[in-house]
Amino acid sequence: MAIDIILAILVTSFATYISRFLGVITSKKIKENSKIFKWFNCLAYSTLSALLARLVIFPAGALAEVDYLVRFIVVFICLMIFLISKKNFVYPTVLSALFLAFLSSIF
Amino acid sequence: MVNTKYFLKGFISIKGADSPAIALAVSFIAIGALFKNIGLNIQESIFSTFLTYALPGSLIMAESLIVGASLLNIFLAVWLVNARLYPMTVSLFPLLTHKSQPRLKYYLACHFIAVSSWLIMKENYKSVERKYRLDFWIGVGAANLLVAVSATVFGFFIADYLNKDMMIGLAIVNPVYFTCVMVSAMKTIQMSLAVILGTVFGILFYFVSPEWCILVGGFTAGTLAFFIGELNGN
Repeated sequence: MAIDIILAILVTSFATYISRFLGVITSKKIKENSKIFKWFNCLAYSTLSALLARLVIFPAGALAEVDYLVRFIVVFICLMIFLISKKNFVYPTVLSALFLAFLSSIF
Repeated sequence: MVNTKYFLKGFISIKGADSPAIALAVSFIAIGALFKNIGLNIQESIFSTFLTYALPGSLIMAESLIVGASLLNIFLAVWLVNARLYPMTVSLFPLLTHKSQPRLKYYLACHFIAVSSWLIMKENYKSVERKYRLDFWIGVGAANLLVAVSATVFGFFIADYLNKDMMIGLAIVNPVYFTCVMVSAMKTIQMSLAVILGTVFGILFYFVSPEWCILVGGFTAGTLAFFIGELNGN
């Protein structure tokens, strides 16, 4: 089991580093004012959003144990707090944990 | 080597009010606790966060260890979920390039690419002289990695005191933080479309393939957003 864990960690790290490494190689040929750079910027934000949507709607791990609606309500309320608080990042992040821990202990 | 002045400047930039440090720390506390619960020891936990330093990948690894997935399965699943690091690198590193910096430094510095450091750098690169941007970036990355590793250790040791509801509470912090980040990034038509279409396509493609949804959904959404934005003058 111990060897398996180390191997799993190495495989995970390698699978992660590949994308970073290939990114550096591609970056060599790209100018920051080019259209391609802008396109990659769009791709970066859209893949992050896709990941985020997946984490909230189809989560793995602990979050999967909470009802979909509860997760959605917490994210929505925190987003409202963020917008009302003139884009303060601390309130929504701290409150989100408290809200969800509270709601999941009731439902 | 690394310019100390700019390294330190980057290192302390993690203290800002909109810093991802809280979200980063909370998520890695949860990862540390999860590692402890599935039977990793403290060295393996530190090793994992230090070497991988990408949250969704670590989560997948943990889940795969629980169900006993093969190494090939782990590789593919992690690669697919972390492939977002590729466009992230390409949309950051051209801003850091300078002919005076040795090539090898870029290959080492790219290990720090993760959404938290990436955001700090995107916000701050203009205020740093081009020649030293890579050193500043290494400072930002080192600070974030240090937070991640320390939080993993902390999470590992408090694992026994965290009940199920607390673990669930910790797990929502990162998604909420990044929802706020994405919403505040929506300043142009292009960016707004990238975020909205990314969210919609990420969900739609999940029904076709849960593994490929981030990559295919993100690629389709980003490309559409780019062209619509270009046609409408951004």
